[in-house]
Amino acid sequence: MENLLALVIGVLYAAGIYMMLRRSLVKLIIGLALLSNAANLLIFTSGGLVPARPPLIARGESALAAPFADPLPQALILTAIVISFGVMAFALVLFYRAAEEAGADDLDRLTSTDT
Amino acid sequence: MTALPLAVLSPFALSALAPWAHARLKHHAGWLLAVLPAILTAFFGSLMPLAASGAPASFRTPWVASAGVMFSFHADGLALLFAVLISGIGTFILIYAGGYLKGHPQQGRMFVFLLLFMGSMLGVVLSDNLITLFVFWELTSLTSYLLIGFNHEQERSRRAALQALVVTGTGGLAMLAGFLLLGTAAGSMELSEIVEKGDQIRSAALYLPVLILVLMGAFTKSAQFPFHHWLPNAMEAPTPVSAYLHSATMVKAGVFLLARLTPALGGTPEWEASLTVFGAATMLAGGALALVKTDLKQLLAYSTVASLGFMVMLLGIGSPYAVKGCLVFLTAHALYKGALFMVAGAVDHETGTRDASALSGLRTGMPFTAFAAVLAGLAMAGLGPWLSFIGKELALEAVLGGGNLWLTAVTVLTSASFVTVAGVTGLRIFSGPPSAAPKKAHEAPLSMWIGPVWLAIKGALLGLMAGKAAAFLAPAVSSVLGRPEQMKLALWHGVNAALGLSALSIALGAAAYIGWDRVRSAGRLGDTILKWGPDRLYDLSLDALSALARGQTRVVQSGYLRYYLLAVILTVMTLAGHALYSRGEPPVMVSTVPVTAYGAAVALMIVASAIAAVLLDTRLGAIAALGGAGGGVALVYVMYGAPDLAMTQFLVETLTIILFVLIIFKLPRFARLSRPWSRVRDGLISIAAGGMMAYLALVALHVDLHPPISSYFAENSVPAGFGRNVVNVILVDFRALDTLGEISVLGLAGLGAYALLKLRLSGRKAV
Repeated sequence: MENLLALVIGVLYAAGIYMMLRRSLVKLIIGLALLSNAANLLIFTSGGLVPARPPLIARGESALAAPFADPLPQALILTAIVISFGVMAFALVLFYRAAEEAGADDLDRLTSTDT
Repeated sequence: MTALPLAVLSPFALSALAPWAHARLKHHAGWLLAVLPAILTAFFGSLMPLAASGAPASFRTPWVASAGVMFSFHADGLALLFAVLISGIGTFILIYAGGYLKGHPQQGRMFVFLLLFMGSMLGVVLSDNLITLFVFWELTSLTSYLLIGFNHEQERSRRAALQALVVTGTGGLAMLAGFLLLGTAAGSMELSEIVEKGDQIRSAALYLPVLILVLMGAFTKSAQFPFHHWLPNAMEAPTPVSAYLHSATMVKAGVFLLARLTPALGGTPEWEASLTVFGAATMLAGGALALVKTDLKQLLAYSTVASLGFMVMLLGIGSPYAVKGCLVFLTAHALYKGALFMVAGAVDHETGTRDASALSGLRTGMPFTAFAAVLAGLAMAGLGPWLSFIGKELALEAVLGGGNLWLTAVTVLTSASFVTVAGVTGLRIFSGPPSAAPKKAHEAPLSMWIGPVWLAIKGALLGLMAGKAAAFLAPAVSSVLGRPEQMKLALWHGVNAALGLSALSIALGAAAYIGWDRVRSAGRLGDTILKWGPDRLYDLSLDALSALARGQTRVVQSGYLRYYLLAVILTVMTLAGHALYSRGEPPVMVSTVPVTAYGAAVALMIVASAIAAVLLDTRLGAIAALGGAGGGVALVYVMYGAPDLAMTQFLVETLTIILFVLIIFKLPRFARLSRPWSRVRDGLISIAAGGMMAYLALVALHVDLHPPISSYFAENSVPAGFGRNVVNVILVDFRALDTLGEISVLGLAGLGAYALLKLRLSGRKAV
């Protein structure tokens, strides 16, 4: 499964980077979203895959019983998901306003600070 | 001895009071401000016996002790000779500046700069520590910049000021590197210790780099060929500045440095060759160019260049005769050249022109100035029984003693040029029938003739009282030679070869003086060559630098987002690729978790969605595909024990798509904007990057750079955090501050988005 996920990560990265290199604003944002998914999946996979053993401590126990999915990458990714959503929302509004002011979806027409 | 640093710092302190003094006393302030350098002259003179007895006054206190930097001063003979010249001539320069810039609205500023320069220059010559010396050295460059650019409204002044700063500043940087290497080679940063370790330094492997770097500093500062061009250009400065910085003191700082380091670096074939060759080239260039100039200050500037070359060449020869000749000539030159510059300024001031070919007969209108000019001119020509005559005789004997015919010929020719320049500046413009100058010539005020008269008389008296001069110069000669040296000076050395060469040079110079008009017309050719000289080279190299900067800015700062992204991606790929490649071993392709049909379907879903997002032409379709990819990732989280992640991912994915859909119809439709070849290029780069990241994922699975710390959270969640969901406990307890930061980021993003939506640019005009 790890090999398969590595392939998935590669495809996500390739798609994200390709979309970010487009001149269209919307494609740039889609690329950004794909890239953050790819990064999250990379962290998740390299932390080690443990099927169906979430890091939840059973009632009556005081510690996790092995084997368990590593909680630390999960905490990192949770933060990353939320932050990338914030970035995404801001970028969407920023590009919406930029397209509105510049009257175009073309990044090449946004090369200077003059409107 | 604390009086020493106080003496160095006193001009800095006085400079703060100068504007106030000028506001009260107007141009008379020069007389008041000159009191300090007069006192300093007496003070430094009184230290001379200490230096002569071999126990010079010194002062040392830690500055940056950890780096071996001391704030230290050492008043030996050489330092005191320069200190007396700096403060002595500075006294008259301040008085002179009072008269010269009378009524100038920025005269107070001139006083400030001159005093700052005086303090810096005293610091250069008295410093014992190399770094202290360097700091003062750079201060002289900076004050020189301010003084040359004093008439900052003129483009020529600004250019000359910048050129002087660039040339001497570049040399200064080389010199700093040389100083650091020298300190390493000698094991000490104190000059008084370095000069005693000459053998150790000369045999060190670092000797040649040290020599080259230090010479760079000295040659640029002392305007040696091919760096001489900044000095004639610096004549854009007001005349008090030219007289003080660019003839009498600052340009001699390079000569001073060479003299100071002679015991440490001198005496080797490399030293002798570089100093004599560059010195002789400078003498020839300066001497020849001086002949074809008619502007009084340009004439004097080029002859100053030649004189500096002469001093450097003599230090290169390095025999006792040469060193004595160098220091005697240096002292005499400071006196007569300072005087002649002030004369040129007075003539300019009173007649309105500096064109020597248009001036004559000024003796009747300006008797005192004429007197000083004739006296100083005789000194420059080496004719009168003055100090300069002794210096020239000593120098000629040293050159003859060196046995080098070329150097002898160069010396004779340069001396002949001095005779001609002295004739033009000291005699020609004052004799003959009065000329029709723009202004009717009348005598300059007392403040403007007392300086030249005093300096010219001083030069004459020191020659007539050679014994006194010898006593004054002997400690300096001992410093340069690095051993106590007896010194006798006499005007008459008998009839010998040196006297014959002296007569020859005077005859040649007199002939050139008589035929000056013809010499100049023949020298027009020289002007043409000059156009392609180092000055042009300086412009070309500055232009090249700007072109380079423009070019690389155009490439690096293109303004196109995707090129910045490309740079980031390619950099990451190169660095990560290199790290992966140099690991050597291929990744372990063994899966610990078996592939299930369900897992394979999810993987296929993500891959298909990602590819669809790229390929689909409609905005809504691409967004839906993005949602599919995000959902697939959430399913992976579900499969491998991360329900919290899955929930968040689903939530965020839904919100993202709602946001997209809300504004998508306000955005333009997709259009094929890129050219096909750039799509192919980006595709290849993306596939390469994706492939590398997949490889990285495989490698990362089996690399443990640090033992996992998760067991800490697994064991402490319940006892310390009172929570059973370990991920949640980490977020809200163990790493609660991080989460607070995260919430703040979200809050800021929301605020920013709100502000953007409210911002309306259309009502504002572009500035």
